[in-house]
Amino acid sequence: MASVTGAKRAFAETGPRSPVVESVRVDQVTTAARTGVTVRLIVAIVVACVMLIPVIWMAMTSIKARPDATASPPKVIFTPSLDGFIGLFTNRMQLSAGALATQQQRTDLSFWEKQALVRGMRILGPSKFVGQLRNSLIIAVMSTLLAVTLGLLAAYAFSRYDIPGKGDWLFFILSTRMLPPVVVTIPIFLMYRAVGLYDTHIGMVLLYAVFNLSFSVWLLKGFIDEIPIEYEEAALVDGYSRLQAFRKIVLPQSVTGLAATAVFCLIFAWNEYAFALMMTSEKARTAPPAIPATLGVGGIEWHVIAAGSLLFLIPVVIVTFALRRYLLRGVTFGAIRR
Amino acid sequence: MNQSIRIASAPPRARRQISDGIIQRLFIMPTLVLLILWNIFPLFYSLFLSFTQYSHSGKAAPLWIGTGNFDALLSDPKIWAAFAVTGKYALLSVLFQALIGFGLALLLRAKFKASGLLTTLILIPMMLSPVIVGMFWRLIFNPLMGIFNYLLGFRNLATAPIWLKDYALISVVIVDVWMWSPFVMLLCLSGLRAIPDYIYEAAAIDRASPWRQFWRITLPQVAPLLLLAVLFRTIEALKAFDLVMGLTGGGPGNATETVSVALYRMVFQGQARTGTASALAYIVLIVIIGVSNVYIWYLNKMKEA
Repeated sequence: MASVTGAKRAFAETGPRSPVVESVRVDQVTTAARTGVTVRLIVAIVVACVMLIPVIWMAMTSIKARPDATASPPKVIFTPSLDGFIGLFTNRMQLSAGALATQQQRTDLSFWEKQALVRGMRILGPSKFVGQLRNSLIIAVMSTLLAVTLGLLAAYAFSRYDIPGKGDWLFFILSTRMLPPVVVTIPIFLMYRAVGLYDTHIGMVLLYAVFNLSFSVWLLKGFIDEIPIEYEEAALVDGYSRLQAFRKIVLPQSVTGLAATAVFCLIFAWNEYAFALMMTSEKARTAPPAIPATLGVGGIEWHVIAAGSLLFLIPVVIVTFALRRYLLRGVTFGAIRR
Repeated sequence: MNQSIRIASAPPRARRQISDGIIQRLFIMPTLVLLILWNIFPLFYSLFLSFTQYSHSGKAAPLWIGTGNFDALLSDPKIWAAFAVTGKYALLSVLFQALIGFGLALLLRAKFKASGLLTTLILIPMMLSPVIVGMFWRLIFNPLMGIFNYLLGFRNLATAPIWLKDYALISVVIVDVWMWSPFVMLLCLSGLRAIPDYIYEAAAIDRASPWRQFWRITLPQVAPLLLLAVLFRTIEALKAFDLVMGLTGGGPGNATETVSVALYRMVFQGQARTGTASALAYIVLIVIIGVSNVYIWYLNKMKEA
C-alpha cells in the first residue's frame, strides 16, 4: 500500500508525460507479458486451424462436384454443388438423351430432382444410407435412454447407501468398460445368434446400453455425490418417502449431470463401429460400418463419402461445444472433475 | 441399516414406505444383471472356447483341445508380427501424443482472449468417429488428389511419398496423433491449471530460472495426470481397431494389421477360427491388464513420493 502511494507521488511529481518504466502495481502488465499473450493467441489460432484442416476439407469436398472432388492437384476454389448429398441419399439412374428431354419438359419436379437432372440423372428412390442413418439414430437414442435411466438408479444407490463391498462393485462396473470390445465380441456374437438377437435393433440397443452403463454409473455418481445430502435429509424429516425424495429433490438437481451423461452416451453409441460391424448385417446396420463399406464400391465417389461423413460428424461437433465444460469429466469417467 | 436412524425421524408412513434395503437392490440389480449377462458370462464363455477347436460357421460342437490354441498362436510368426505392429503403433502414437498434447497444454495454459473457444476447437477431432475419420484420411493421404502431400510441398508426383503404401503404419500413427493429442492436452491442462500460483511466486523469489521452474514445478505437478492420459491412450492403442479399419483395413498386406484387426479377420473372414480367436482375445486381455498394472503401480509410487 505504501509503495502504491509512493508510485502515485512519483507520478504527481514527474507529470503524466514521463513513461512508466517500472510498476509495483500487480494489475499493470508488462509489455513482455502482453506480447507473450499475443504470441500464444497467434500460435493457438494456427494450431486450431491446422487441427481442423481435415474437417474443413471434408466440408469442402462434400459440396464439390465429382470432377472437382478428385481433381489433381486438389482444388481449393470450386463451384459448389449438391451432387454429394444427392448421391448420398438417393439411388439414381443415368438417362438416355431422349428420356432426358422428356424429363426436362416436366414442371412438377422437386428441387432435388432438378439438381439430379442437370447431371442427366433421374432419382429412383432413397438410398440405403437413409435407413442406416435412421438405424444409427434409433439405436443411439434408445440405448442412451436405457443406459442413463439404469445408470441413474445405480449411481444414486451407490452414492447414498453404505453398500457392503461398494468399492469392489464400482471397480467391477468400471472394469467391464476397460475390456477390449474384441474380447467380448465373439461370445456375444454366438449368444446373439443363438437367441435371435443378431442384426436386430433391440440387440444393438441392449449391447450399447450395457457398453455405456458402466460409464453412466460412474459419471452420474460423481454428479449425485455433489448434491448435498442435507436436502434429502430435510425432505425425509418433512415426511417424504425415499422415492419421493429421489424424484423431487435428486432428479431436478441432477438434470445437468443427466444431460451431460446422456450426450456422452449418445456420442459413444453414434460413433461405435466394432460391435456394429460384427453384430449387424442388413436390417440393423448403422452408419459407421456402412460409410466405408457400401459407399466404397464401384469407383470411390469421394464427394459422396465426404457428404456422408460430414453429416455424421456435424452433430458431434455441435455437441462438443455444448459439452465443453464437461469434456474432461466425460473422457476420464468422472475421475477428474475440473 | 445405518440410514434407518435418519428415516426414523419421518412421520410413520409404513404402509407406503419401501424399505431402504429393497430400494438398494431395486436400483442396483438391473445394472448388475445386464453387466453380468453381457460382460461376465461372455468372458467365461470365451475362456471356455479358447480351449476348444471350434468354428462358428460349421456345425460341429466345440472340441476340447486343452492349450492347443495358445500353443499354436504363440508359435505363429504372423501373430507375433501383429503384436509387433501393435506395439510399434502404440509406442509411437502415445509418445507423440504425450509430447504434442503436453506442448499444447502449455500453450493454452494461461487464459487469454478466445482461449476457451480455441481449446474447444482443438478438442473436436477426439470426439469424431474414428472409422469415418480414417476413411476420410484416405483421401487426404491420396498421392494424386490428397491435400497432405500438397500442403507439405510434395508437388512432384514422381518423388512424393505414397503414404498409405510405403509408410502405412506411420500414416496410422499420424492420424491417431491428430485425433488424440487433444485428449492428452485436456488432461494436462487440468493439471496445469490446478498448480497454485504461490509455488511459482516462491520459486521466483528464490530466483529460480523459468527453465528450472519448469523442471522442478510444472513437470512434477502435471506428471500424474500426464501419466493417466498416457495410460488411457496406451490401453486404447493396444485395442486399436476402428481407425485402422477405416484408414488401411490392416493393409497393405499385413503392414498395419494390429492384433484386433488380426482377430477380426480370424473370426469374420476366411475360415472362422472362433476357438483360436478366443484364445488370442485372452492373450490381448492379459497383455492389457499387465500393461495397465505397470502404469498403475508407477502412478501409485509417484503419488507416494
